[in-house]
Parts: sequence; structure tokens; C-alpha cells
Amino acid sequence: MYYTVDRGPEVHEPSIPDAWELVVGLEVHVELSTKTKLFCGCANHFGSEPNTNVCPTCLGLPGALPVINAAAVTSAMRLGRALNCEVKPSVMARKNYFYPDMPKDFQTSQYDQPTNENGWLDTPAGVRINIERAHIEEDTGKSTHVGGDGRISSAQYSLIDYNRAGVPLLEIVSCPDIRTAEEAKAYVAELRGIVLALDVSDAKMEEGSMRVDANVSVRPRGSDELRTRCEVKNINSLSSLGRAIAYEAKRHISLYDTGDRPIQETRHWDEEAGRTRSGRSKENEEDYRYFPEPDLTPLVPSVEELEAIDASLPELPGAQRSALAEAAGISAPDAGLIVERGHSQFALDTIAAGADGARVVVHINNNLAGGLGELTPELFAGLVQMETAGDLTSTQTKTVLAQMVESGGTAADIAAAKGFEAMDTSELDGMVDDLISSHPDEWTRFCEGDEGDAKKMAGFFTGQIMKATKGQADGKVIAQILNSRRS
Amino acid sequence: MTTPETASPAAFGDAQSIANDVSSGTRTAASVVANHLDRIATHDGEVHAFNVVTAERAMDAAESIDQRIAAGEDVGPLAGVPVAVKDNMCTRGVATTCSSKILEGWEPPYTATVVERLTNAGAIVVGKTNLDEFAMGSSTENSAFGPTHNPWDLDKVPGGSSGGSAAAVAAGFAPVSLGSDTGGSIRQPASLCGVVGVKPTYGAVSRYGLIAFGSSLDQIGPFTTTVADSATMFEVMGGHDPLDSTSANQPALAVSSKLDAGVDGLRVGIITEMAGDVIEGIDADVIARLRAAATALEAGGATVGEVSIPSSVYGLPAYYMVAPAEASSNLARFDGVRYGLRVDGANTALMNTASRTGGFGPEVKRRIMLGTYALSAGYRDAFYGKAQQIRTKIIEEFTAAYEHFDVLLSPASPSTAFALGDKAADPMAMYLNDVCTIPSNLSGQPSMSVPFGVGDDGMPIGVQILAPLMGDVVMFQVAAELERVANATNEAGA
Repeated sequence: MYYTVDRGPEVHEPSIPDAWELVVGLEVHVELSTKTKLFCGCANHFGSEPNTNVCPTCLGLPGALPVINAAAVTSAMRLGRALNCEVKPSVMARKNYFYPDMPKDFQTSQYDQPTNENGWLDTPAGVRINIERAHIEEDTGKSTHVGGDGRISSAQYSLIDYNRAGVPLLEIVSCPDIRTAEEAKAYVAELRGIVLALDVSDAKMEEGSMRVDANVSVRPRGSDELRTRCEVKNINSLSSLGRAIAYEAKRHISLYDTGDRPIQETRHWDEEAGRTRSGRSKENEEDYRYFPEPDLTPLVPSVEELEAIDASLPELPGAQRSALAEAAGISAPDAGLIVERGHSQFALDTIAAGADGARVVVHINNNLAGGLGELTPELFAGLVQMETAGDLTSTQTKTVLAQMVESGGTAADIAAAKGFEAMDTSELDGMVDDLISSHPDEWTRFCEGDEGDAKKMAGFFTGQIMKATKGQADGKVIAQILNSRRS
Repeated sequence: MTTPETASPAAFGDAQSIANDVSSGTRTAASVVANHLDRIATHDGEVHAFNVVTAERAMDAAESIDQRIAAGEDVGPLAGVPVAVKDNMCTRGVATTCSSKILEGWEPPYTATVVERLTNAGAIVVGKTNLDEFAMGSSTENSAFGPTHNPWDLDKVPGGSSGGSAAAVAAGFAPVSLGSDTGGSIRQPASLCGVVGVKPTYGAVSRYGLIAFGSSLDQIGPFTTTVADSATMFEVMGGHDPLDSTSANQPALAVSSKLDAGVDGLRVGIITEMAGDVIEGIDADVIARLRAAATALEAGGATVGEVSIPSSVYGLPAYYMVAPAEASSNLARFDGVRYGLRVDGANTALMNTASRTGGFGPEVKRRIMLGTYALSAGYRDAFYGKAQQIRTKIIEEFTAAYEHFDVLLSPASPSTAFALGDKAADPMAMYLNDVCTIPSNLSGQPSMSVPFGVGDDGMPIGVQILAPLMGDVVMFQVAAELERVANATNEAGA
């Protein structure tokens, strides 16, 4: 499986002055990719002709009634369990407000008894973000405003497509635990990884199947107050998320700095202008008049159902990172990209076939971004072994690897066909001795550690020599020298 | 008092006799339908039971049934039986208005489950009947299309909100009809029009296709001239509907099974609060008929006692929080965007407001405002929340009562039919009409009104029988006994 991941450019957070701390909570809407909608049998499908996936129920016609989609509830509970939430008996509720793309003029959602509560998610960097709740609700239709500047206020008329109305959503509400824009991005990327691992949504931010709203405020560093927050909407990518949060934080700080203060409101991220703009004011917070949905009965999962859900959970990205880090001798965050791309099992299989873990990780990260092609773990391991043995330089390895991805075949055959040979290694003795004296801890582990440790350290010393010789050295010779020094 | 020509229940026979005749070829469905359409054409100008009469469709359906019968087919237990449908139940291709300007001319693209089940059993829809707008009222005067008149006295109301359906059966326009009951909207007009009216256990009959008023209270049921016809209707309509999540997951209750069983050994409890002066405003002649019914059941071998449901006196205020709260949400969708009346405005919000202001009548607006208020932040706990507590309390008290009694008795309406215009300007006086019927909607239990004599003014009076949740069978059993006694009394008097 290969995922396109929008990590965004590595933004070095535009310095929020040290005196200030960022406080961010995220509301993430994930469209659940069930076959049918949440309350009717209409297809849940993105991109159909407008108003073709509709029926009396999802159009909110008088007299039509909802019937809940059990598959959507199961997906919601699976995602809840994967986010370490308590899954409880829950009640659907009506959230009442008028909006033309909402057919019933209320949204069927959950209020004081959501399906999932009190969970958490650890980012790859090990930061724990608490999750307040993850509740089930229905999506609205989609309006297109024609004429004017494309906004409803200046439009001549509006067109409404109800295909999306009634599509199941899970709204995941984090606690205001996020302290940097990078953390916010890492949280969303990790959440997306979990969603994809569970296969409950395609989670595409650009298509709107994953939508992120950020509640942003700032406070003096060291304080634990929660100041006025603004909800930033219309964020369409991870990089926008980082920039929107940074912009909004700076806006708040400059308001405070000039003796002013932000007002609680909804703001829209303007991607082109790189700024947020005021939307509707939340000063008079809308009164949604929630009450339990009388047309639906409570959702009460049985013990057996919950056990089956737990048993059905796949290995999640966090666990995949730990396993790969362990096997490859790298840190868990460094395993992040491979896991995000869905290549962790491939990496583990390659390592199990005898390849050096660190080299495997480097190659997958740097040289296999375009996909694996014809490569198998066994073939890949053969190549990495040739590289670590010094039979191929890193540049040669890269060339051979590209060919293997394209056409398959063993590294040895391809290297031979290309005329690659190992380089002269006469000065290696001295280099190895220097390395041993500058890395006493690693040397001790090589000499006295268990088999795995020794292997790992052999990889380490070999890697260092390879680095120093730019891949010119012969790995077999290095191994011989290392072994001769051990006794 | 002479009976006016407009009153003629079962003018062409009850449903059972029509179905027998049509199935056996004694009469054709076409002739039965034509008889009823003629009677409607002659008298509905005075009664105004119907918003629309579907004469052509009905004749087509009748001919098709006759062809099937001629071909030897069994078309079902309601073969050729004309049915009038309250105009808040969706009928594909036939205007469904809720007697509101906001839905005038709207034709649903689908048919309510109950209507589909009735027509699948051979019934023929002859028209859609008038109601208080969106079923909000007790006299059918709150209709955007004018009031319905009581066939027994055209100067009086038929009750409501299902007044059109009750009047249609009393007038002999159809032997059976459908109503919906949110706070008494079947039982009270049944009492005032002298016909049988049943509110089944909540969930026993599908609500799919019923335009919601108070979703947790609404229930569809029949009006008929006999208890047996109501039982047949119930059995045809009832049973699980996968399209209604609140419909009970079981087959239709066999309510016909004990109609002949009598009441020997049954325990009957009169609800104290509704048989004296605890709840004020129940007329003496109404209470007298209630006592007479109890005596009749005692004569049939039942034991009769009294039981107090103390919280029933809070039923009315609790209902007027819960029902409007749900209605305020259910009626939000009538916003001028997708169907029904649209009145232009400078922007969407103003268009919504103009459409709703122009489309809804005063009682509907009153209840939307009441319900919006009851759910508002800062008030919800005191109003909606408190009402739900009362509801729970009422359920507990009824549950306790049914430990000692098989059925309970009360009036269905505090009075006989009152004059048109009498209470139209006084909402509180109007609301009090449902004081005896509302507790069953709050609890979900089944209850029905059976005609049992007349009042001092000669107008019909019904007795209400209440039974535990899913206890509809014993309710029908007792109803059949009261019907036998009432018929015997009528014959003796005649």
C-alpha cells in the first residue's frame, strides 16, 4: 500500500516570542467510507452527478425516517478504540439550526452521550494529545454560490448538491493539548495514518473526506489559563494547517501586545493571502437546542461486539514504528516516514532476509519514494548485503536499486551487467583502529554484546567506514579487520 | 333529536361485510367505491371531511381489484374497502398538505408504510382528510382549508386533530379511515363522532411516511364503525417496518384473537383522577357513561376497582413541553428551500422567515415558539428536562397500576362535541380537551375510544380503554364487550 502524504514543507515555526505559548485544540471530521449513507441506503460516493445519490430520507422529505447504518457505527467504534477511547452506549441527538444545505434544518449528531470518549494519541515524537470525544454525525450537502465573489452574501443564486447529505462522519475533538504548529501537523498526520490503517476512510484533505478546524489561542508561557480562542476553518492541507495556526497565533499576540484582545469568532484561512479572515462572530454563540433524536434508538454495543472490534484492530502506525525501530536499530521517529508510506512490513521482511536495518531505512526513505516496483524483500536484501560488504559503493547501489525497481532481477546480475566492482581497501586497517578508539561504547557492545548487538554494531562500524570512504570500501575486508581486533 | 342526513356510519356496510361481498362477488369493488364517492359528492360540501377526493384513482384501483377477483385471486382481508387517509400521511403522487399552506400542492414521491400495507390488503384510498394544521389542535378548526363539521350536528366540531377522518367514517364516506394520535388526535374525535378510534402501542404500527409532529408520541391508528374492523386494520398495518427504527421488532399483534372471549375474570380499573373532580372540567354526563361502562363490564364478569395515577394531572403541562419541543425541530425543514411554499426574501435567512411566516398558521407558530423556548439554553432543564421526568413518573405509575389491573378505563374526551368557534380563541380551553388522552402518548401504552351512548345533548360519548405496553389484545377484548353491550342497548332502545 502506498499513501500520498502531504507533509508540507518543513516550516520552521515563525518564532512565537518566548514569552508566549500556543494553545491549540483540533476538531477533525473524517468521512467514513461506508457503502451507503448514515441513515439511508443511498450510495456514499464522492464525485457523482449532483443530486443523484439522494432519497426521501437524506433529502429530509416530510415523513421520511432515518435507520442507522450499522457499518458506520462499527467503523466509528473501531476508530474510537484505535484512539484509546472508552466506547460507551450512546445516543444520537438533534443539533438544530437553519442552513440550506442541511435538508432537515437539524443535523443528526451526538451530544452528551457520544460513542467514544476520553482517548489519546501519541505523535511520532512521543507527545501525547488527549482526545475528548469522537462522535458520530451526518454530513451536510454542498452549496455552490453563483455570481458575485463566490460567497453566499454576494451570490445571485446558489446550487445545492445533496449527494453528501447524510454521509457518515466521525468528529474527533482533541483537548487543547497542542503547543506548536508542528505538533498539530504531527497529530493530524498520525490520526490520518490510523484512519488509513483501519481502512475506515480515504482521509483525503484535498477532497474534504478529512477536514480540520483549529481552535487557536495563546497565553503567557507558564500560565495555565485558557484565553479567547478563534476557530480557524477552511484548512485544506497539512501545510496550510501549520501556517494557519502560526498566523493566527501571531495575530493574537500582536493584539495583546497593543493592549487589545481577540474576540471569539470563526475565521477562514485564505490560502492565497496567507492569512485568516473573520467569518461569523461567535460572540452570540448559536443555541443548537440539542435533544435526543426520537426517531432513533440508543446505540448499545454488546460485550461481544466490543471484543470483536478490539480483535479486528490492525497494527497501528505507532506499533509499526516501534517494531521497525527495534529491528532496524533506529529511533521510532526515524521510522515514521516508512510507516506513513505503508512500507514497514516490506522493511521488516528485508531486514529479516539479512539486510542491514539502517541501510534499508535509508534506501526506502531516499530512493524508493516512487514505489517498490518489481522489488521484493529478498532481492532488496541481496543488494543491501552487497553494499554493506563493500562490493558496491552507495552510488552504485542506488543505480542498481533503480534498475531492480524497474525490471526486477538480482543485485549481483545487474551489478555485473553494469560492470561495477569493489574498490581498493589498503588503508582500512588504520581507519578501523581510529574508529574503535573514538567509539569505545560501541566497540564494547560489539565485543561483549549478544549476537544481535554484535551484528548491529558491526553494521555501525561498517557504516562509518563506508561513510568515510564514500562507499569505496569492501565490507568483507572491514568485517575481517573488526573480527581480528576483537580477540 | 333527529339524526341529520350527514350522519350515517357504515352507510354501505362495515369493512368486514364489504370485503366479504367483494371477495365473494356479491358486490363489485367498483360499485362499493362508486357508492361512497356519490355519498361524498352529495354531503362533503357540508361536512368538509376531505382535502382531496381521489375519485379517479379510486375507481381505477377498484376495477383492478375486480379483475383480480374475477381471475380467482385472493386480494386480501380488505378487498374493495374504501379508506380515507388523514392528510399528514404521504401518498405517492397525491397532494399531501397537513392542511397547511406551507405544503399546499406538494406531492410526495413515496407512500407511507401503513397506506401501502392497507392497499396491499385490498383497501382503496378514496381521499385525504382534513386535520388541524400539522395535527396541532382538538377541533379541526386549525386547518388552512377551513374546518370540518361534525356529521351528527354540523354546527359542532368533530374533534381533532384527525377530525376529517373521524367525520368521514361517521358520515359514511368510507367505512374505515386512518388517523394519527399525538395527544388524543384519534381517540377524542372518535368519541365526538361516535366511532371506534384506536391508538396502538407506540411502535406497534410504523410511522414511516407520517409527517411528524411529536416523533416520540405520534402513532397511527384506525377509525372504524366496529371493533372488529379496527382489529383487522391493526393486524394489516402492524408489525415491524425496517424503515422505522422505533417500530417494534415483532409481527403484528393478533388483536382479533380475543374479540369473542368476553371479560369474565378481567380486572378493570377506573382512573380516579379522571372520574371525579381531581381533573376539573370533565362533564357529569361523560363520567356517567364511564360508570355505566364499568357496570357493564362488571356484569360481564370483570372485577372493577379504582386506581390513582397521581402524576396524570401533570400530563398536560409535560405534553406541552415535549410535543412542541419535538415539533419545533420536526417542522424546521419547511424552510422554502426544497418544496412547498417559498416566499422570496433578500437572502436565504429572510426567505426562510418569509416562507415560514406566510406558510404556517397561528397555532403551529405558537407551538414552534413554545418548543423552541422549552429547548433553549438555560431553560431546557427546567422545561424539556422536567417534562421528561414527569413522563418517567407517569410511566412508573401506570406500570404499578397494571400490576393490579388488566385494563384501565377513563373518558376519552371531557365533553361531547362543542360548537364550532367555541374554543377557537382560547388555546388553554382547547388544550384541556386532551387531558384524558395525553397520558397514554407520554407512556406509549395503547388506548382506544369505543362509543358508549350519548350525552345530555344527544351527542356521542366514547369510553377510553387503556392497556399495558403491547397489551393491545386485551384492550380489544374489552372494547368488543363494551360494543356488544352498547349495541344491545341501542336495539333495546330502538
